[in-house]
Amino acid sequence: MGVPRFWREIPNRYNLIGTRCGTCNKIFFPPRYICPSCRRTGKLEPYKLGGKGKIVSYTVTYVAPNGFEDQAPYVMAIIELDEGPKLTAQVTDCSPGQVRIGDRVEMVFRRMGQEGEDGPIYYGYKFRLA
Amino acid sequence: MRKVAVIGVGLTKFGELWDVSFRRMMLEAGGRAIEDAGIDGGRIDAMYVGNMSAGQFIRQEHIASLIADHAGLIPVPCTRVEAACASGGLAFRQAVIAVASGIHDIVVAAGIEKMTDVLAEQATEALATAADQEWEAYVGATFPGVYALMARRHMYEFGTTEEQLARVAVKNHHNACFNPCAQYQTEITVEDVLNSSPVCSPLRLLDCSPITDGAACAILAPADLARKITDTQILVAGVGQASDTISLHDRQTLTGLPATTKAAEIAYKMAEVGVRDIDLAEVHDCFTISEIMAIEDLGFCKKGEGGKLTEQGETAIGGSIPVNTSGGLKGKGHPVGATGVAQVVEVVQQLRGEAGKRQVDGAEIGLTHNVGGSGGTVVVHVLRRGG
Amino acid sequence: MEVGIVGYGVYIPLYRIKVEEIAKVWGADAERIKRGLFLEEKSVPGPDEDTATIAVEAARNAVKRAGINPQDIGAIYVGSESHPYAVKPTATIVAEAIEATPDLTAADYEFACKAGTAGIQTCMGMVGAGMIKYGMAIGADTAQGAPGDPLEYTASAGGGAVIVGKDGSQCLAAIEDTYSYTTDTPDFWRREMRPYPKHGGRFTGKPAYFKHVLSAAHGLLRKLQLAPQDFTYAVFHQPNGKFPLQAGKELGFTKEQIMSGLLTPKIGNTYSGASMIGLAAILDQAKPGDRILVVSFGSGAGSDAFSILVRDGIEAKRDAAPMVADYINLKINVDYATYTKFRQLLVR
Repeated sequence: MGVPRFWREIPNRYNLIGTRCGTCNKIFFPPRYICPSCRRTGKLEPYKLGGKGKIVSYTVTYVAPNGFEDQAPYVMAIIELDEGPKLTAQVTDCSPGQVRIGDRVEMVFRRMGQEGEDGPIYYGYKFRLA
Repeated sequence: MRKVAVIGVGLTKFGELWDVSFRRMMLEAGGRAIEDAGIDGGRIDAMYVGNMSAGQFIRQEHIASLIADHAGLIPVPCTRVEAACASGGLAFRQAVIAVASGIHDIVVAAGIEKMTDVLAEQATEALATAADQEWEAYVGATFPGVYALMARRHMYEFGTTEEQLARVAVKNHHNACFNPCAQYQTEITVEDVLNSSPVCSPLRLLDCSPITDGAACAILAPADLARKITDTQILVAGVGQASDTISLHDRQTLTGLPATTKAAEIAYKMAEVGVRDIDLAEVHDCFTISEIMAIEDLGFCKKGEGGKLTEQGETAIGGSIPVNTSGGLKGKGHPVGATGVAQVVEVVQQLRGEAGKRQVDGAEIGLTHNVGGSGGTVVVHVLRRGG
Repeated sequence: MEVGIVGYGVYIPLYRIKVEEIAKVWGADAERIKRGLFLEEKSVPGPDEDTATIAVEAARNAVKRAGINPQDIGAIYVGSESHPYAVKPTATIVAEAIEATPDLTAADYEFACKAGTAGIQTCMGMVGAGMIKYGMAIGADTAQGAPGDPLEYTASAGGGAVIVGKDGSQCLAAIEDTYSYTTDTPDFWRREMRPYPKHGGRFTGKPAYFKHVLSAAHGLLRKLQLAPQDFTYAVFHQPNGKFPLQAGKELGFTKEQIMSGLLTPKIGNTYSGASMIGLAAILDQAKPGDRILVVSFGSGAGSDAFSILVRDGIEAKRDAAPMVADYINLKINVDYATYTKFRQLLVR
């Protein structure tokens, strides 16, 4: 991921800024720029999510992609935020056997990746058991 | 709209084809299809080729021109179609549309992927580009990981077991033993699957389809013309395609692919068949959980009962609905861009009664089900043996 | 100067490694080391943590406790000797992560273990001069100790953040005054492009740590006309468990005054975080009217001393964010192999 591509999503990745449709009040994270229900009548504006939610499903990743090798085995989960939207995120600071469906989690700020040894470091959201 | 028929099919050997290049693979599958159709290559009017990622696998884009050139098809129009692992299925659908519309008569639908010219981890990374890069892959989700999230939830909601998942792999390896083109010709046991190394829990290595080189080809013609060319006419009775969110997390359900249900509904309606009429199905078993969800979403059983149906042997050859007689993606191999067309090849051979030891007796109607990514694209075809 | 602390927050990683685990690898006598350093275990950053992530977590806790609009923060200074980038500030990452951008100034500081308290002084000056409404100073580190070096037993990870504002009802403590003592004393250093610091062994003691800590403390007491018995608590930079107790004793403080802010025995030396986390631990339990002496130390060398007077505001704000004890009690102990993996010491 190149620098501009990461940089333009910093507010979303650091602070879970999604969007909310002013017409139907539905909240989106990851952010959407067209409301799939309201389409042209939708009014999307930035909306900050609280960073708390629960685990809908999870997997322990043993075979990690490039850049994630040092973290394996790590837990990936689909998390339903209290405001409604679901997202995919790592659950950090836990042992692989510790996570269960339904567990409460909260957002933390972590290092997500880097471009090799001399490239930029990417930060953003992960979750930990609450 | 004209009726469309398949007049010829061809497949390369699937597997790690170290000594065969991308372009050679395509020529091999294409040559076999033309031979099978018994036509002269000069009669071909157009070509659609499904390919997920030659750019990442062999650093070659613009493959439509490359193939037209090396196949001696110049100047016929050749178009590349991409929808991740559903690229082949979509290429076939585009070819069907081209013939049905009357724009072209003899059209080639092909699929190809050369995956072993890069290291396994690079191939895995390339496959992960089928997921949402910004919000799935970037945060550490792998492709097996996304399906593992579905598997975990399926187990949680319906009590599906790891043994039931394993049975999909065991069955498909068994079927592959009777398919000379399949990557694997070896039986495996439930214990083998359960003892294989974890990839993304609950999925293990033997729950995953392999990295495969391969190409597949089908030649289409209007039905009335096909009648003059072939003895056994195989009609494309129904085609259905549906889209869904690219990210798994944006869906209401994690235990099935809504796009499968939608695409099947369209295809069944167009073919004027019900799910009970289907004699065999080639479904997209990129992971064992994928087959279990597919047989539920296609309507072969109720939601949540796919594991049980598999366990009871109903999806084996000789069962009530044989699934993946070719060995599926798991046993035959999964050269992603080729898979959708390879599924058509298997169903055509079955409907013609040419499937040898894996033949489903009296098969008249067959289905293919091809999935892109985690279900963002699904295409279903219903093929029928004509009179 | 009429400035005070509006909010504070800390962060300590979940993982710990015991002295025994490290000693085992080098054939050292764990009991002797534990006695000598007065230390049981140290915190270890997870594989996805660094000074920036630690600083952000501490900063977010400080904002929660302060209950202020982060847009009112006019300056952020992050002190560390383990900034993730040699060039590119940690402070901008923090500023963005607490939504304080873009109307502010920000910079990274480096002065070994006292870069965080240097940031407090900068913020005091800016707030006092009316340049900004609030200033945030952070001390955070993922400290490096070369494998086999005595530092390996102590060099740990953690951070503390302090928000400085005008003294008043919204403050949880007033900063009565500050005094610094600085000389050029090369007791400990890390050259550019080198992964681990070097140090002068016993030279880091008397002419460095003790000389600067004692001189800064004396200087501040003299300036304020105060004596050790005027303070309820004292926190000194804590490279190990022993030095601060010894420094306190020489200054005339009792062990009781020091123990509340002495965390090294449980989490090791968090370098730039050390004196700030120590202060936070005291604020977690102090009562209005309590006076706290804080003396940091940074090799190279210098000490910043502060006299802090706890205000009534502490009671309402204390529970708004996790306390130091919460972080200390929540832990997972790892073995040396896992530690080397987490610290990215394994070469591929």
